[in-house]
Amino acid sequence: MTTTTLAVLVPLLPFLGAAAGLLLGRTAPGYVRPLAVLPTLASLVLAVLVAAGQGGGRSIDAATELTPTGSVPIELALHIDGFAALVAVLVGVVATCVQIYSTGYLRHDPRYPSYAALVSLFTSAMFLVVYSGDLIVLLVGWEVMGICSYFLVGHYWETPEARAASIKAFLVTKLGDVPFLIGLFALGTAAGSFRITKVLGTVASGGLHHPTVVALLLLAGVAGKSAQFPLHTWLPDAMAGPTPVSALIHAATMVAAGVYFVARLLPVFQASAAAMTVLAVMAAVTMAGSALAALAQDDIKRVLAYSTIGQLGYMTGALAVGDRGAAVFHLLSHGAFKALLFLAAGVIIHAAGTNSLAAMSRMSNLRDRVPDAYWTMTVALLALAAIPPFSGFFSKESVLGAAERAATGHSGGAPGAAGWIVLVASLLTALLTAAYAMRLWLLAFCGRGAEAPDHGRQPLVMNAVLWVLAVPSLAFGGFAFRLLPDWFDGRDLTPALTTSVLGTGLALAGGTVCYGAWRHTTALTARVPLGAVAAHPEADAALVEAEAIATHKPAYGDIAYAVDPADPGRLLLGPLHRHAATGFHLDAVYAALFVRPVLAAADLVRFLDREVVETYVRGAGAVPRLLGAAVRRAQTGNVQTYVSALLAGTVVLAVAAVLVATGV
Amino acid sequence: MHLVYPAVLSALLFCTGLYGVLARRNAILVLMSVELMLNAVNLNLVAFDVWLSKTATETLHSGQALTLFTIAIAAAEIGIGLAIVLAVYRDRGTSDIDRLRDSAEGPGDDPGPGDAAAAQDTEKAEATT
Repeated sequence: MTTTTLAVLVPLLPFLGAAAGLLLGRTAPGYVRPLAVLPTLASLVLAVLVAAGQGGGRSIDAATELTPTGSVPIELALHIDGFAALVAVLVGVVATCVQIYSTGYLRHDPRYPSYAALVSLFTSAMFLVVYSGDLIVLLVGWEVMGICSYFLVGHYWETPEARAASIKAFLVTKLGDVPFLIGLFALGTAAGSFRITKVLGTVASGGLHHPTVVALLLLAGVAGKSAQFPLHTWLPDAMAGPTPVSALIHAATMVAAGVYFVARLLPVFQASAAAMTVLAVMAAVTMAGSALAALAQDDIKRVLAYSTIGQLGYMTGALAVGDRGAAVFHLLSHGAFKALLFLAAGVIIHAAGTNSLAAMSRMSNLRDRVPDAYWTMTVALLALAAIPPFSGFFSKESVLGAAERAATGHSGGAPGAAGWIVLVASLLTALLTAAYAMRLWLLAFCGRGAEAPDHGRQPLVMNAVLWVLAVPSLAFGGFAFRLLPDWFDGRDLTPALTTSVLGTGLALAGGTVCYGAWRHTTALTARVPLGAVAAHPEADAALVEAEAIATHKPAYGDIAYAVDPADPGRLLLGPLHRHAATGFHLDAVYAALFVRPVLAAADLVRFLDREVVETYVRGAGAVPRLLGAAVRRAQTGNVQTYVSALLAGTVVLAVAAVLVATGV
Repeated sequence: MHLVYPAVLSALLFCTGLYGVLARRNAILVLMSVELMLNAVNLNLVAFDVWLSKTATETLHSGQALTLFTIAIAAAEIGIGLAIVLAVYRDRGTSDIDRLRDSAEGPGDDPGPGDAAAAQDTEKAEATT
């Protein structure tokens, strides 16, 4: 088989798996697990083969036009360069791990068949986005991901949090998708084709007339999908979904799609300095704000969610300084360690019976209960904090290096201001990232107080997946930074000395400060008892998590927040803590700006319909009803009365007829 | 015989029948009155047919033919009518027309808007349960 055929099979297999899973889920439950895992696994193997076949050389392009569709043709096209090949491998690895993990995590879930099928469909859509060489086909995958995330985030639709989160995720990403679609049309019209190669050719020859407008329109969709400020608010709430779904959304699919899309069409954005500056500001605000918010969250998964937003900020920052190699490098290493963090968090939530860090910090021995999760999570957190030699260090240094080159003017195609913005925000975020990674680790694993509940060992598949993902988190960066430039644009990804020392120093400083704060506050832990533990701690992992999410709000008064004086984040952030915990009130701003006006308009419409329109309708009905009531009085039920009336009428008519005939 | 005799007789018969239909309370007597009215019409038909056939050169005697039709239909009608009366009597124990007023529009049967809304509510409740 040629590489092209293999590449076509990669998105097709999970799609067929999803279709078969949805069809057979009820009739043949025995096939559901193989149908979930095997197509994804096969796609991973094929994606590796495609990557080997592509080998970082010339990009593979193939296209076929199914049918003429009018002015601008839409083609089923493949465009596989080094970026696509490697990102597809990452998607395959993470999706396979998630599917295997889910067989353990949702063992007894009655909706597992539809869940697994949707995860497969999600994976297939991401593969489509990665490999597609046609923007409209890419958009199909893009939107399929949107609807799959809606279904998967709302998996526990019995809880109001999950319902609200799924609708929010859908609406916010759609809000970005509308300008995105218009931007795609503008690109297609300018290039006369939706093929990525032709679009890039048009941009290179200066055929795009309003690059700033187009780039900003596209950027709205990217911000929605990749959870960048100001459209990031759906991502922390999306934690109401099952943990494997969070891992899938955060690591490999969905949020990666936006960054990947910008990386693919980077010349379009580079054509406009204003767009690049906007991208840089967006990345900087996202990075710093999300890191502060992560430091204040109580829910372990929300900490990770904000950290995802921050790491995506690094990627968009790298794109803003025109280095897509660094961005995709960070995307790959982040995919590995973020998937690991989420899957390990799922194990911890199951073991602790709660998703609240405040409650975990009052449990001793949690690390002995889940040794696999403890060790792998430690590796992943070190990678997140960018401590050498973990993979996060190399990828983050490549971003910092790119920003530094842009700031000092050594890099073409990116404004120097963007470089400075990204560099300063990145360094600040490095400090904060290390601090919240340290806080998460200390609160989760170094708790004091009552013994953690013992539910026996975690399922083997869940622990095995953690170790599989720990390997790339540990070693990927160190091996890859020399090899990747051959696959990417050829830019050097080796860490520069200045930024490495600066970044690592700040990370160590952040970790140390957080540790000091924790030492200072941890004495308070024993004095303030806190804790909400799921009602059925020995149950299935997925059920425990759903219960933990549902009980967090009644126990602490807020989904993201717990009144815990022993929290080092509270000491570090000081008065900022309250604002950071609520994501800097952005949800409240949106509520005031959009939600309340819409609700008020709906109330107005309801008033107009109920009181105004219906009054006219009722008035129109009232007169006939009165007349009808009068006429009905004549209906006595006595047949003879009717006949008498009939006779009287006949006589009257006859007399009238006679009178008319005689002409009186 | 002058035409006025059968015509007057027929009018008297018809009025008797009409009085019976409008005033009698027993359903069987009402039916009998209907027969009287029919036969008054029959008499008219025959009389006018004869009167017409005196002047016309060719006639089909359609009046007399129609009378035969009416007699046949009246026989069928009275059979069905008596059967209905018998069934009603067995069911109700009476054949008094004044007491057979099931189709009357009672004062409590008025389906106002409130009743309609309540009926919709119960329908919704049934749909959700």
